[in-house]
Amino acid sequence: MSGTFDRTLSTTDVMRRRASLLQRMHIDGLLLLLLLLLAAGSLFVLYSAGGKNVELLLKQATSYGIGLGAMLVIAQLEPRFMARWVPLGYLAVVALLVAVEFVGYTAMGATRWISIPGVIRFQPSEFMKIIMPMTIAWYLSARALPPSIKHTIISLGLILTPFVLILKQPDLGTSLLVLVSGAFVLFIAGLRWRWILSAVAALVPIAVAMWYFVLHNYQKQRVHTFLDPESDPLGTGWNIIQSKAAIGSGGVFGKGWLLGTQSHLDFLPESHTDFIIAVLAEEFGLVGVCLLLLVYLLLITRGLVITVQAQTLFGKLLAGALTMTFFVYVFINIGMVSGLLPVVGVPLPFISFGGTSLVTLLSGFGVLMSIHTHRKWIAQV
Amino acid sequence: MSQPIPLKDHEKDARLVRQRVIVGGVMVLLLIGVLIARLYYLQVIQYEHHSTLSENNRVHVQPVPPNRGLIFDRNGKIIADNRPSFSLTVTRERAGDWRKTLDTVVEVLELSSEERELFEKRVLQGRRPFEPVPIMYELSEEQIARIAVDQFRMPGVEVAAQLVRHYPEGEHFAHSVGYVGRINEAELKQLDPVNYSGTHHIGKTGIERFYEDSLHGQVGYEEVETNARGRVLRVLKRTDPIPGKDLTLTLDLELQQAAEAALAGRRGAVVALQPKTGEVLAMVSQPSFDPNLFVTGISFKAYGELRDSIDRPLFNRVLRGLYPPGSTIKPMMAVAGLDTGVVTENSRVFDPGFFQLPNVKHKYRNWNRGGDGWVDLETAIMRSNDTYFYDLAHKMGIDRMHDYMSRFGLGQRVALDMFEETAGLMPSRDWKRARYRQAWYPGETVILGIGQGYMQATPLQLAQATALMATHGKWIRPHLAKSIEGEMPVDPQPMPDIQLRDPSYWDASINGMVQVLHGARGTAKKVGDTAAYRIAGKSGTAQVVAIKQGEKYDSGKLAERHRDHALFVAFAPVHDPQIAVAVMVENGESGSGVAAPVAKQVMDAWLLNEAGELKAEYAPALTAEAPKR
Repeated sequence: MSGTFDRTLSTTDVMRRRASLLQRMHIDGLLLLLLLLLAAGSLFVLYSAGGKNVELLLKQATSYGIGLGAMLVIAQLEPRFMARWVPLGYLAVVALLVAVEFVGYTAMGATRWISIPGVIRFQPSEFMKIIMPMTIAWYLSARALPPSIKHTIISLGLILTPFVLILKQPDLGTSLLVLVSGAFVLFIAGLRWRWILSAVAALVPIAVAMWYFVLHNYQKQRVHTFLDPESDPLGTGWNIIQSKAAIGSGGVFGKGWLLGTQSHLDFLPESHTDFIIAVLAEEFGLVGVCLLLLVYLLLITRGLVITVQAQTLFGKLLAGALTMTFFVYVFINIGMVSGLLPVVGVPLPFISFGGTSLVTLLSGFGVLMSIHTHRKWIAQV
Repeated sequence: MSQPIPLKDHEKDARLVRQRVIVGGVMVLLLIGVLIARLYYLQVIQYEHHSTLSENNRVHVQPVPPNRGLIFDRNGKIIADNRPSFSLTVTRERAGDWRKTLDTVVEVLELSSEERELFEKRVLQGRRPFEPVPIMYELSEEQIARIAVDQFRMPGVEVAAQLVRHYPEGEHFAHSVGYVGRINEAELKQLDPVNYSGTHHIGKTGIERFYEDSLHGQVGYEEVETNARGRVLRVLKRTDPIPGKDLTLTLDLELQQAAEAALAGRRGAVVALQPKTGEVLAMVSQPSFDPNLFVTGISFKAYGELRDSIDRPLFNRVLRGLYPPGSTIKPMMAVAGLDTGVVTENSRVFDPGFFQLPNVKHKYRNWNRGGDGWVDLETAIMRSNDTYFYDLAHKMGIDRMHDYMSRFGLGQRVALDMFEETAGLMPSRDWKRARYRQAWYPGETVILGIGQGYMQATPLQLAQATALMATHGKWIRPHLAKSIEGEMPVDPQPMPDIQLRDPSYWDASINGMVQVLHGARGTAKKVGDTAAYRIAGKSGTAQVVAIKQGEKYDSGKLAERHRDHALFVAFAPVHDPQIAVAVMVENGESGSGVAAPVAKQVMDAWLLNEAGELKAEYAPALTAEAPKR
């Protein structure tokens, strides 16, 4: 916190007067509060969804601990520092993704992991969820806005390279989130509406032409089951039919904690991971889900406020993209479980069981906190 | 505010970002609205519906298996259909202690402990939760009644009606159409678990196996509501299965029966092809077995009897029987000899009754010990002269012989859609080096000239090689499926046609084959004399036990099962070949005496009308010149 930047009003003075303890620790109080609320909610729902499995809760609590730790560490880093190192980080993660292609560890039919036996095993694609918006934000923040056609194309190249690599693993859920997180930077940067609309307009006839002239019947069938899982009720559709029954039978107020029948009688697969919202909806009803959505909405609002208040373009673009991507997580997961969207493996942020996604998400919020708490003219707020 | 003057574009950028953030915020609100609307729809509007489903707690998706496609012969006569049958099913999840329930079933139906074991094995093969697993098929009326009376003691046990494969023609098509049987554990791992979720049978052999994908169809499903005891209360939603495709065979039921009759109870094989189309008209392997036994699970005892029978009814002689082709290969050797130029139509060889390699003492005997004197190509085929073909083979050499015989389909799988087919063996230098780590000896080439030695062929390969003679080398793989719901089967790897330097070589060799039946000294003259049309054919014998040098084959001394197999290949009518036949009679000894009459009877059945005359459509056209031969 050196005062070299501000000549007339000493930054340190301002900080002393205005900055609370939390701010000096680079923590955003509201975000932290909401996140802790979600953590409590997650353990609460998970106790029921996981069949009263205490071990599962301990694991999730540990993941939360690690994630919050990572968030706090990241919040201490200055955005400028991030911007300096992000190109290198991007190249490193892309290199790891290429490495996955050749020497990756395969499990459950997908090659997603880099494994150093006995030391560590991790998914490089998870890093990309944070690195991707940073990279595009870094690239565009140094150019004139709205981005010119040249810079748009370069950005798309930067987005599509890891997207394709992750898609090939195959990991549709993660690759889509990576794509979306990069695309949101372009959107926030003011990508011209004309281009957005013409891209959409061009995609429609291409898709139609593909459908009629390129795709084989069995491929069409696959697309069909993907878009309409209920047409395959013995495979993917089974989950959706059961999760819809779980959600619907919850009604307005729900059946009560630990009283959900669908999930407790093993009718609902993956009830503690991707489909956990169905358990919540069954046991706490529409009210419960709306409360959860309210918490999410508050998080998103705070994120958007941080975006507007960010003082560097890099910070603005990054904060905006991270917030919007977070919302996409929520929307895809709930949309998928309630039968609105195709089934892609996306967990419900902060509620679903799973350490990797928690750490990644919390790191993202660490970046938000860093952007917000490293502002120079804090007095203006 | 005493700040450095903000750059202009910075303010513009901030404004731009703020606009986009507002747009984004609005989108977020809209989409959250969509989610809430969706949840409202599910949880409030459809609450009753979902609540009922959940309360009864059993929204159940159960597969509806598709009906298996039917199989017809070329004239639309049914060869395989589906027949309703009652079976006993157990749903493990509803049976309480299901092992105890099985005990009750065994007690009520008074069954043995072996069957109890079998039931247990079958129940454990269940794949999905709440799946009713059939444990017993073809319940009798009495058994159904007994189950009904004691139903209350057997929770989760139900009598279900289902369609089961049935072969009305019994053993006639066991070796071509094959049969379906219960899916076993190894197959289970290979299958698409969704599409086979309601299916308990799968094609095990023959056409049933080869066209499994087409015959099976696409599974349908029912979303049903069941009570706590598992009874279906109502169907909420149903998607019909797509039935399997019907398949029309190239086989002709009547010809098949005629061919079996022609074998007159002897063990053997008959294949009849339509040379121009590659369609298999008849495919007989005798003795055969009743495929219906395998559909619902054959008893160990009955299976043991079939498996251990000395007559080997389960053995598919047409596709898996390997025999040295013997003299039946001579017409093809002649074509190869002409095309390589080692013989001409008029070149002659003197036969003293044996052939000797230069500077080797060993004598390769002609079957006619006295020798035939000077023989040319046509005579050599007509008389089945071994010496001529020893000489031809020696001049041609193994490499060229391997090349030509391979083009006739020997040593490789020739059929398009026959699962069990074996490749047979057409030896070569490379094969011998790999197999025995030995060099090729010239003597081995010599005996290959008369189809002995390492060479091994199936009756189907012999029929195809003969059909190639009939079509002058036009390759169409023999196939059993004429059409699958109107679609013709496609050959993914067509064989190249056999092109000769001079197409007249075909007729030179065929003339020899015609002389076999119609020449004054033809080996099968007796059969040719009775024919109402002209036949081109060739007999052969396949040795079962080797004869030592200098020893004479004496059938009287040999046990019946050690006698030579009789072979005959033929096609007819010569002017416009409609049918090519290969016959193998096990231990029949004489190709021309035993196998040739069988072949003729099969051709008669196909070519003659009721009055015993050549059918009008096969008769030579009036404008065509009279047959010269």
